[in-house]
Amino acid sequence: MEIFAQQIFNGLTVGSVYSLVALGLTLVYGILHIPNFAHGALYMMGGYITLTMMTKFGLYYWIAIMISMVIVGLMGVLMERLIFYPLRDAPPIQDKIAAIGILLFLEAFAQFVWGADYQTMPTPYGQVVSVMGLTFTMQRLLIIISTVVVMILLFLFLKKTFIGSAIIAMSQNREGAHLVGINTNKMAMLTFMISGALAAIAASLSSPINLVFPGMGHLVILKAFVIIIIGGMGSIPGAIIGGYILGFAESLGATYISNDYKDIFAFILLVLILTFKPTGLFAKGGHS
Amino acid sequence: MTARFKHKAVVLSIVLLALLLPFIIQNDYFFHIMTLSFIWMIGVYGLNLIAGYTGYLSLAHAGFFAIGAYSLGILTVKFEIHYWLAFFLACAITCIIGLVIGLVALQTKEHFFAIYTLCVGYIIYLVIDKWESLTGGVRGLIGIPVPPDLGPISFRSPVSQYYFNLFFLLAAIFMMYRIVHSLTGRTLIAIRNSEELAQTIGISTMKNKLVSFVLSTFFAALSGILYASFIRFIGPDISYITMTFDFLIFLLVGGIGTLSGPIVGTLLIVWISQQLQFLQDYRMLIFGPLLTLLIIFYPKGIVGGIFSWKMKMQEKKKRLSMSAKSATQRAEEG
Amino acid sequence: MFLETRQLTKQFGGLVAVDHVNFSVEKGKINAIIGPNGAGKSTFFNLISGFYPPSSGQVMFKGQDITRLPPNKIAKLGIARTFQTTHLFEQANVLDNVLIGFRLRTKSNLIDALFLTKRLKREEEQSKEKAFEVLKFVGLTNMENKIVANISQEEKKRVAIALALATEPEIIFLDEPAAGINPEETEGLANLIEKIVQHNITVCLIEHKMKMVMNLAHKIMVLNHGKKIAEGTPEEIQNNETVIKAYLGGSAIA
Repeated sequence: MEIFAQQIFNGLTVGSVYSLVALGLTLVYGILHIPNFAHGALYMMGGYITLTMMTKFGLYYWIAIMISMVIVGLMGVLMERLIFYPLRDAPPIQDKIAAIGILLFLEAFAQFVWGADYQTMPTPYGQVVSVMGLTFTMQRLLIIISTVVVMILLFLFLKKTFIGSAIIAMSQNREGAHLVGINTNKMAMLTFMISGALAAIAASLSSPINLVFPGMGHLVILKAFVIIIIGGMGSIPGAIIGGYILGFAESLGATYISNDYKDIFAFILLVLILTFKPTGLFAKGGHS
Repeated sequence: MTARFKHKAVVLSIVLLALLLPFIIQNDYFFHIMTLSFIWMIGVYGLNLIAGYTGYLSLAHAGFFAIGAYSLGILTVKFEIHYWLAFFLACAITCIIGLVIGLVALQTKEHFFAIYTLCVGYIIYLVIDKWESLTGGVRGLIGIPVPPDLGPISFRSPVSQYYFNLFFLLAAIFMMYRIVHSLTGRTLIAIRNSEELAQTIGISTMKNKLVSFVLSTFFAALSGILYASFIRFIGPDISYITMTFDFLIFLLVGGIGTLSGPIVGTLLIVWISQQLQFLQDYRMLIFGPLLTLLIIFYPKGIVGGIFSWKMKMQEKKKRLSMSAKSATQRAEEG
Repeated sequence: MFLETRQLTKQFGGLVAVDHVNFSVEKGKINAIIGPNGAGKSTFFNLISGFYPPSSGQVMFKGQDITRLPPNKIAKLGIARTFQTTHLFEQANVLDNVLIGFRLRTKSNLIDALFLTKRLKREEEQSKEKAFEVLKFVGLTNMENKIVANISQEEKKRVAIALALATEPEIIFLDEPAAGINPEETEGLANLIEKIVQHNITVCLIEHKMKMVMNLAHKIMVLNHGKKIAEGTPEEIQNNETVIKAYLGGSAIA
């Protein structure tokens, strides 16, 4: 039972990170209908920038995260302007390939600047806590809590502000949004900004318990794709719930089935889903 | 007619050059690089068929390359099966796996297909990486045999390897040429253009897509098999996504959906990579942005760019001759 | 009966796009379906050509139930269609676009391609002949080498019709063939539609240009909110109270 509870807790931690990454991916998909294959590279950059801010400039953890969010967010905006905007009317195969190009560049860039080694990120929350027979580091608790806070802030932004509801309107109907006078260009840029910032905070939160290295985004982005297909491409609640489901499935699967193959569960799940529902669960009608 | 003749002459002289190259240059390292390029090209043709001609971006291509390579490796090293039998079986195994995956994957479209195959590719990688008893895990497989001697011909020297792989490349190009210029090829292009329209004119899109997909895995397998018996050592990294991206870069730089694109792109990138040896792992600093810029400005790569430039020139010529004609007419009238 | 629908219904979620429609196409005539935007006309076409499975009801063609056949099988039976947007391959020339239309009457496969068999050569020749024949039919002789991207909207419409005709259909469904082209060209297109019928191919079309429909059609069905509200000759439709009310908000059909 204790093992089980521990795994549930671990699943919650892992799931939080997945949800944050998937949220960024699904927001972009909702607005522009492109799967951003370079999102994992943004995640990786987020990890490195936070790390650099802390080690090179001696900044406090939270300040480093803030800076990282802004920088990665701007990188997202730059990507939208330089790549996805010019390709908005191109055949769908092209934006995917363009994103892959960016992904390759950013990874090589990270390796060039920071080296290929695995690096650890220091955290002010390293202490081990024990509650009701569960042992965990503060960092894990922090991941769970921060994720919830970020989600609430995002929710308030999307529901309560004019800009936020414009983003929602646009993801439901782009032409319609344009007609009612929403500046769709600005919204697309803003969405990329948020998406990048979410990737950065996800990476910064998870790095102290994982590691920072150029390929750290690979698995995360693949799983985020799985999540948004499970949760419905473009769906915000879907990304959150899907992230936690995958987190639980993985940590329980690792304990009770096989630790070696824990990374495979997500992909088998996806393959199964797409096998029976080729347009994903909760597909929105009309759009492919 | 003359254009066709000219085209044939160019192709023949390139083939001739490839055949005569060993008599002009005698440098083992050069042959190593050329042979490797030939092997890549075969794989790139496979990706070209499914992504370029049929419009389905398969990101599991390296996975099928690795299935081919590992099938040959395991069959020859672990089961000590005769090389050519293993060669044939490795192709068959890959195609069967390709058929099963294709049957399911091709139900999905566009983004879903790309993500689906990305995940399939990752599953293949994980299985190869973790199934140590079969694949050797991260240590890989060592001692894969070269093709056995064919009578007096041995495949141990770099030059003989060069010809051996050139033979398969020419066969692959010949197959691609025949397919693309047949009704089957036209059918695939119709599907790429609009699946809806293809269906309404009576094309069974699923059947044709499946043919294209399985054939693309066949090319990937062939490429993997040749790679395994050329390098003679394989590790899980050949199934990793970066390998698929390499294929993709070769294809896009050369020209996706063109017949000569895979040759041009592979040769160019492999050659540039050789020049940029000092960059090593950082070569993507250049190739990454190159890929992105190319897809924005020259979505059909170098070959496609040349084609459209040629067409523009022809149009220009036509217009010039027309205006010249009308000018003389006017002169005559006046 | 040539082609008919029986109680054909399609629901999308809670929305009934096509509601128990009985319709029979008259063989050798020009049939038209009209109705306000969102009346379910295109959905009706998509149901017949097999793009959507209907929620209930049947589609019968020459006594055969084709309700759940996939689009490619339906095409093989001799039912062709065009789309509102032409979907042509813009970077290819006209001939290459039309050539593939005969594909469903050919049998060459991958093996034929690899070995360049006699069958493939013969069938390629047949496809080419067919393409030239239909291009001539639609009035695009000597256009075969033009790139589709460089031809006019009206010419594209003709290419799309030629492609549909290359499948050797018995009936052709045209989805707004005159959308986006000018009045003179519309007249030319109307002539083409009449020519098609004269060559024993039944036509069924959706069209917004009322004048064209009234001059052209032998039989008209009016859809509104997915329901059939009237059916008859152009005169009958023009004088039908329900139609005038529903369709034109009271004013007479011009």
